[in-house]
Amino acid sequence: MLAVLEQRDGALRKVSHEVVTGARRLADALGGSVDALLLAAGGVKGADQLGRFGADKVITLTNAAFGMYAPEGYARVIAERAATGGYRAVVFAASATGKDLAPRVAARLGCALAQDVTDVGVEAGAVVVTRPVYAGKALLTLKLAGTPALVSLRPNVFTPVERPRAGVVESAAVDGSAGRVVVQRIRAADAGALDVAEAPIVVSGGRGLKEPANFKVLEELAAAFAGRAAVGASRAVVDAGWRPHADQVGQTGKTVSPTLYVAVGISGAIQHLAGMRTSKVIVAINKDKDAPIFKVADYGIVGDLFEVVPKLTEEIKKLHG
Amino acid sequence: MKIAVCIKRVPDSETRVKIAADGKSLDEAGVKFILNPYDEFAVEEALQRKEQAGSGEVVVIALGPAAAQETIRTALAMGADRGTLLQADRIPADGLAAATALAAELKGGGYDLILFGKMAIDDYNHQVGPMVAELLDLPCVTTVAHLEIEGGKGVAEREIEGGLEVVEFPLPAVLTTDKGLNEPRYPALKGIMAAKKKPLDVKPAALGAGRMEVVAMTPPPDRKEGKIVGEGGAAVAELVRLLREEAKVL
Repeated sequence: MLAVLEQRDGALRKVSHEVVTGARRLADALGGSVDALLLAAGGVKGADQLGRFGADKVITLTNAAFGMYAPEGYARVIAERAATGGYRAVVFAASATGKDLAPRVAARLGCALAQDVTDVGVEAGAVVVTRPVYAGKALLTLKLAGTPALVSLRPNVFTPVERPRAGVVESAAVDGSAGRVVVQRIRAADAGALDVAEAPIVVSGGRGLKEPANFKVLEELAAAFAGRAAVGASRAVVDAGWRPHADQVGQTGKTVSPTLYVAVGISGAIQHLAGMRTSKVIVAINKDKDAPIFKVADYGIVGDLFEVVPKLTEEIKKLHG
Repeated sequence: MKIAVCIKRVPDSETRVKIAADGKSLDEAGVKFILNPYDEFAVEEALQRKEQAGSGEVVVIALGPAAAQETIRTALAMGADRGTLLQADRIPADGLAAATALAAELKGGGYDLILFGKMAIDDYNHQVGPMVAELLDLPCVTTVAHLEIEGGKGVAEREIEGGLEVVEFPLPAVLTTDKGLNEPRYPALKGIMAAKKKPLDVKPAALGAGRMEVVAMTPPPDRKEGKIVGEGGAAVAELVRLLREEAKVL
């Protein structure tokens, strides 16, 4: 297996542990090993930890043009590696980068790609995946013919599992340019702010918040989780301009699968459910006891969010004492 | 400016999904089909670029069944100049097969831009645009939420985790469009009338062999029956206890 990992500013991105975990699962089923691949301008912080999650080998390929994501340069190097390495599967993260990169590699190799999968396995020697379709209203099970099979894994679904392997670290320089498409810079959101697509806890608000300034109560709740939570939003409040599109959860926003999703003042339109129904635990806080969100919620509180949420914030703060 | 827009006919997002008797596909009986919402951003962008340039042509291309002619007419009613349907009874699960058919049609077309929606809201395949770019050896930027083009160069912004990537690319190029890029127009009555007379070619799609086999389509697992913990602030302590002791997520 080839596990294609991600770094930003020379540090391994957390989703990389999930990619190694997914690749390890395939390797164990097919009886093989996992090579973890990093493209970077230099050494990557955290690369030496990947053996813990099941990487037999960690290969960092360095090039001065590879500090930031270089779509064409990365695709060329990965496709060359995948074509010559005898891999059965190439595993990506279904992150912004992975979803852009994987199709390029698949087209270069002439191989099938399944994006944003929530399960991977092996049946009769073939890679079989499950992925949500129709806004999560159905699941598709697909068998990928040909070698290597390419898959990208939905973030937060493949919980990293420790399966220690040697994790031998190798590094080599590679030639070539970034390509014609060049990432000039990243305009960062608030420093240190978690992205809703990757946060282990998401606290989302909808029209029930009544006005943009009231999102403060959700920001305070998120802050109480001590750096583990991000604030999301429903389409209604994004369309109204209360919150940025980057925070939108749902069909025309982001798909999230956090450990805990707290829906506050969100009725639960099908388009919203599409973006969050694979969350592990869903909590709904809503005034309307008949709101559809209660149908998917594991736990619900019927009540005024302006009374309930500050109390919840207090309780969470106590836990993190 | 000559611009191609690749569009797809998809079930409306409100569709109640019923799985067909084969256990592998959607039962289309009674389903309303629409132009894929992300493709609307692509059509709108093409129309605006042509309007700004003062001349040019916007060509829409769809891969799909005969009924996708209606979807093409929708884009023509928005203002596109002509359409081509690559007819196939079923759109393959393998995105690369679809990309190969589209690339064959686009090749040699002399387009300055080839636009796609970032993904289709039915299969969520999220791959055909960049695959077409690779097959045609064209530069590509995906999930574009902001775009500036001057001369033979473009600067696009795309959302990534925790920020925006600012990306430079030369034309001609393939771009996939995200929400936020523009506000798609509604077809006016005049446009709808005019669309009926615009040229629409139909030809068979050259799909080739797929590399992906649908094993099954299944309903999502039911989330286990949830519970209403209680009403108002008084229920918070119990909620936190359940999250800690039962769900074990705190």
